Amino acid sequence: MSAARDGILAKIRAANPGPAVAVTPGPIPARGRGEAAELRQRFYGGLDAAGAGHATVTGWAEVAGEIERFLRALGAAGPVVASLDPMLDPCGLDRVEGLRRGVPDAGDAVSVTGTVAGIAETGTLMVRSGPDIANAAHFLTDTHVAVVDAARIVGAYEDAFALLRAGGAPMPRNVTLITGPSRSSDIERILQIGVHGPRTLHVVVCDAGPAP
Amino acid sequence: MQADSARFPDNVAAARRDATLLGALDRLQRDARAGRVETVARLPEFEALRDAARDIRNGALANLAANLERFEANVVANGGAVHWCRDAAEACEAVARICREAGAKTVAKGKSMVTEEIGLNAALAGAGFDTVETDLGEYVLQLRDETPSHIVIPAIHLTKDQFAETFRGAHGDLPADRSLEEARQITDEARCALRDVFLRADVGITGANFLIAETGSVAIVTNEGNGDLAQSLPRTHIAVTGIEKAVGTVEEALTLIRVLARSATGQEISAYTTFATGAKREDDAAGPENFHVVLVDNGRSDLLAGPKREILRCIRCGACQTVCPVYGAVGGHAYGAVYAGPVGSVLTPALAGLEKSKHLPEASSFCGACEAVCPVRIPLPRLLRMWREDAFQAHLGPKVMRWGLFAWSALTAWPWAYRTAGGIGGRMLRLMAMGRGRLTRLPFAGKWTGGRDLPVPEGGTFVGKWHGRRGR
Repeated sequence: MSAARDGILAKIRAANPGPAVAVTPGPIPARGRGEAAELRQRFYGGLDAAGAGHATVTGWAEVAGEIERFLRALGAAGPVVASLDPMLDPCGLDRVEGLRRGVPDAGDAVSVTGTVAGIAETGTLMVRSGPDIANAAHFLTDTHVAVVDAARIVGAYEDAFALLRAGGAPMPRNVTLITGPSRSSDIERILQIGVHGPRTLHVVVCDAGPAP
Repeated sequence: MQADSARFPDNVAAARRDATLLGALDRLQRDARAGRVETVARLPEFEALRDAARDIRNGALANLAANLERFEANVVANGGAVHWCRDAAEACEAVARICREAGAKTVAKGKSMVTEEIGLNAALAGAGFDTVETDLGEYVLQLRDETPSHIVIPAIHLTKDQFAETFRGAHGDLPADRSLEEARQITDEARCALRDVFLRADVGITGANFLIAETGSVAIVTNEGNGDLAQSLPRTHIAVTGIEKAVGTVEEALTLIRVLARSATGQEISAYTTFATGAKREDDAAGPENFHVVLVDNGRSDLLAGPKREILRCIRCGACQTVCPVYGAVGGHAYGAVYAGPVGSVLTPALAGLEKSKHLPEASSFCGACEAVCPVRIPLPRLLRMWREDAFQAHLGPKVMRWGLFAWSALTAWPWAYRTAGGIGGRMLRLMAMGRGRLTRLPFAGKWTGGRDLPVPEGGTFVGKWHGRRGR
């Protein structure tokens, strides 16, 4: 390869004459461990602390109703786009006014996406890109509605990655851990919610057994 | 890197006259410290995680060559390319070449300290690309032609009114009578102005918090969402970062992530932690078709070979800046370097040369606050002391200090002489004070007494008193 590559690697090797070192990840905090019910409560607590709203429904067909209720309460106007994630297929999204399935564009006001997992440790969502989801779906719109399968609420970040990579699945182009809406304290350390990413993050947890 | 650290003493004097800056620094040190303490208190495992984070970073540095090779192989396997750059010039040229090949006009940039270090914005402007910083703080700094003064809160030195005034100057197409009283209004204006940049950008540039060898992923940790838009919408994504960022596994990175935001901003975790692996896959709905990682050495492999290699553990949280009493008294710009505060005073002499930055290792009282908060337990005072020793060996300090140190070290070799001299010195200081309790001026130490008084020693010497005690 290039001379720069060889030169840099040679200098690093010269600086590290010893053998390879075994590296162990750190401990998983106790808050990332527990029974399902406990983890769910901690997940909700984390969402609250991070400034994300949440609601729980008991059937996949009820997800659309919750999204409609939420959008009405928010007074959100403008196009709604939902990803092609199969997880959203049984959610009855057709009934949501102005909703289309596909890739978001700059004119969209609301984005509805599925999630890989909910993470109790800090009230965090794991989302991914793929053939069915554009990564921008999580960042481009003013409002992001994320649907979480209650059966996939896990304790720690590591557990979510284990779900993502189950069966040796490769890393998608993008995987993001999302904790609350977009924010900045760049101006005099005054917290502003909603800078470039969504101002509003609403999580709909579906507690109806695993998605079909 | 445009180091102007030689002017540190003048910069300090100017900073101390800047009431706006001092107010901002007070606010930072009060709020951010409290935020970190509260968040850390909620996580009982925090100290154990710091130990693990230290060990992970040490292991990552020990395995660096293998980690980088594995990282590169995985980036390539996922449709990306890795560019190895020995110095700033090579790195800027690599980025400019990628932009040219992409036929780029507009480049949207996420926050990256390494791009500040290599002077990328100036290089891209020179090559004819319209490069726009999209982090709120970095955007206003770019409009003002300023550099960041803190690693994670780059515009901490600016007031809300300065943000507003800068936006009025830059956004001439908006109504002149619009209100920019509130931080909310300023933020909304930036969101609106930069939205168009994301949409029309041909290239998105981000930094990297971690490179993950086992997957070939580039991880970025952000709050605003600009880094994610910059790496999702344009056709080409370039991640520019230092070679020291490579770790072995996702799990290692997750441990580091648990200490990073807590140390940086007092958050449990940043709003967005994103792993980018390769280019858009063939059947992906969207995403960048080209993915490039520009690996920058720029002095890091030299640091790795030397006694100060522990500084390469740094994960750029900025906690040492936030707690440092010197940083808090003078702000980031006084250091005249890309990296300010304790971490910068260790890095800058390595990056820019000790001769140009000899004042920086002196800018510490060795109080140890930096080491006490460092999430990867870098012994910053010890590394600063090494630079002071290097400066002494290289005859970079003032002659008076040099001779003073020689005299002092000679005296300490003969305890009786040291005690006698100490007794005489104390008596002389009392005589010079002529009955007052303080000395306002001292020969050979006029600069020191220029900023403070020396209390006159009272009573006998410590050793004399100690012997007296034992005699009782």
